[in-house]
Amino acid sequence: MQRRKVIGLAGAGVVGAATAGAVAWRSTANGEAAQESADRIAFYGERQAGIITPAQDRLHFVAFDVITKDKAALVDMLQSWTAAAARMTQGKEAGALGAVGGLPEAPPEDTGEALGLPPADLTLTIGFGPSLFDSRFGLRDKKPAALADLPKFPGDTLDPALSGGDLCVQACANDPQVAVHAIRNLARIGMGVVSVRWSQLGFGRTSSTSTTQATPRNLFGFKDGTANLKAEETSLLDDHLWVRAGDGPDWMTGGSYLVTRKIRMLVEPWDRTSLLEQETIFGRNKGEGAPLTGRSEFDEPDFAVRGDDGEPVIATNAHVRLAHPTQNGGARLLRRGYNFVDGSDGLGRLDAGLFFIAYQRDPRRQFVPVQMRLARQDELNEYIRHVSSGLFACPPGLLAADDFWGRSLFT
Amino acid sequence: MRTPRLLALVAAAAATVPLAACGGGNDDAASGAGDKITVDASDTECKVAASESDAGTVTFAIANKGNKVTEFYVYAPGDRVMGEVENIAPGLSRELIVELASGTYETACKPGMIGKGIRNAFQVSGSAPALTEDAKLAQATKDYQRYVKSQTGALIEQTTAFVTAVKAGDVEKAKTLFPIARTYWERIEPVAESFGDLDPKIDAREADLEAGQEWTGFHKIEKDLWVAKDVSKSGPTADQLLADVKTIVDKANTVTLSPVQLANGSKGLLDEVATGKITGEEDTFSHTDLWDFAANVEGSQAAIAALRPALEEKDAALVKTLDERFAAVEAALEKHRDGDGWKLHNTLSQADLKTLSDEINALSEPISKVAALVAGK
Ligand SMILES: [Cu+2]
Repeated sequence: MQRRKVIGLAGAGVVGAATAGAVAWRSTANGEAAQESADRIAFYGERQAGIITPAQDRLHFVAFDVITKDKAALVDMLQSWTAAAARMTQGKEAGALGAVGGLPEAPPEDTGEALGLPPADLTLTIGFGPSLFDSRFGLRDKKPAALADLPKFPGDTLDPALSGGDLCVQACANDPQVAVHAIRNLARIGMGVVSVRWSQLGFGRTSSTSTTQATPRNLFGFKDGTANLKAEETSLLDDHLWVRAGDGPDWMTGGSYLVTRKIRMLVEPWDRTSLLEQETIFGRNKGEGAPLTGRSEFDEPDFAVRGDDGEPVIATNAHVRLAHPTQNGGARLLRRGYNFVDGSDGLGRLDAGLFFIAYQRDPRRQFVPVQMRLARQDELNEYIRHVSSGLFACPPGLLAADDFWGRSLFT
Repeated sequence: MRTPRLLALVAAAAATVPLAACGGGNDDAASGAGDKITVDASDTECKVAASESDAGTVTFAIANKGNKVTEFYVYAPGDRVMGEVENIAPGLSRELIVELASGTYETACKPGMIGKGIRNAFQVSGSAPALTEDAKLAQATKDYQRYVKSQTGALIEQTTAFVTAVKAGDVEKAKTLFPIARTYWERIEPVAESFGDLDPKIDAREADLEAGQEWTGFHKIEKDLWVAKDVSKSGPTADQLLADVKTIVDKANTVTLSPVQLANGSKGLLDEVATGKITGEEDTFSHTDLWDFAANVEGSQAAIAALRPALEEKDAALVKTLDERFAAVEAALEKHRDGDGWKLHNTLSQADLKTLSDEINALSEPISKVAALVAGK
């Protein structure tokens, strides 16, 4: 309780000193100045940061179970989280007394491993899982229809201990220590109220969310997500990404639905596969990322073209064909996944893959049909296993410092 | 520190043992100082001959008429132990002399030494001077020191019984006594750990040893009992253990911990739980980790209880949180009770352990604030 008071107090509009570089000042709804600089992403705004924010290089994603039955304690924690998140995304310590400013006899308010590090474009994005809307907190009536549990996809080998969760927080930053620091401090603030269910570290973003970014490569060595939604495509975002008034409960208007999938990649068998087969499976060439019917990455794939043998140049079960919007009723996703390597698995195999993250307006019309098609037909399935799955409703952003994560949901 | 279960227990005890029936009439029940209040303890009942007293020195005479070893406690609110007698064997009688200021108390018999015990309300009236904050902190260290003394007494008795069984080659009996003796050890571990050289001699695990270092203590005998199933060569280790325990007990009873040390000790005990007991590392051969778990929590609670009057003044909301979270830990642990003891660690599921771990974390976080509160003048 003491902690919350202190954090709450400090959260009310402390502004750091201007740093060199591109610094812009803008006003938030309550008139306070918020700082945006080259490495600092505004926490307050119409949308939550961390969705169309140009994908940072590092991820620490965590899913929590709520372990209290006391709704007030949960709301209290969400307020504390919000205050700490607002501070940390601006490069400050989690609490006003910080890592070294408190009493010597007390544990520090901030864990300290990010002292001296820049904000590193840290974003913290919160989501609420389907299980939160059970009988515990009286939220049944507020559950969006779009938050329906995902169906079982053929071939899924999901580990329940690595899946689901009542809440999630996605921390993205350009410094892994900054992302880990943020999650660690939130987990600590939440002790007794929430319990970490599972978490995932990621590196090397596997998609670009802005036209300013080059398409990165996944651990199979291919460019992935070339057809991703981009921050600059405003009208497409309105159609495919942001929840509109009337789509569901008001508290989600302006938000977005998040699907996560941890996809283990069987890299050793893949590495023994011929280049020809690899390119056939993806339907793109490995060097440029061009569709097999084109010459450069952003050429539209032409699924009708047939080769000398009469077979489609882009195979009927090629990844690019099955995932392409034109093959899925125009469904688009905003992906911001990350590569992961969790060491080796004891059999000498790299425990590695893709932590897939996709945001969308309605998973029932976007992720589900696309993934169903991939799960049934994708030739790539021979080399991948889906081991974890998550679904979360991410509300719109907070406009003012007196607002907090989940207020529209809980009050 | 009232779990709903406990409240029900207390209410039931009050209902089935009407106060007037305890000691006959009011005339002989409430005279306070000077008269002994008899307590008839059995395996199922705790008949306290009076439900009230005048402030001052109160003497209880406890007779164990049951078949289980019992304990008797006088608690102030928050389960602050005002006085206790540990380890009363069947057929024995013991006395407890305790100084009580005016206020509301509870007495408790603990047949089998388990749980919250069978409780009765005890009211003390009359004048008693209020303590200043400094005096409350000073009192906390005194109260805790008395707690250590009662625990160390039982530790010697139970370790003696354990060692005797080992030397007699009675493997089965020694196995049942092992976790009981350790209970008293684990409750006061922060004190024990302040004697750097003795603690490892008594409690080192095999994995803690350096190459060439001699292994002695509880866990060496634990391995003999559970792995070798042969204690024919364990005699010298057992003798050494008892000697070391006696030495550490002598030292422990001369040490007075400061209030900040008390606070850190209570946190340290929970850290012990989180790092060693949850994982099953502590009792890796016997899997009796939950006994140690419960004892660590009880020890932590005793230290906090001693600090309670001071904490009440500084941050009553924190005290309330601590009460709730201690109760939650007890409730989570209670699911794994097995008779008078606890289920073996290796029979708990990962989900069971996760729940226990969550509850310990939930309790440890507010406890980590106590030291600064106590230190901050
Ligand atoms: Cu793909």
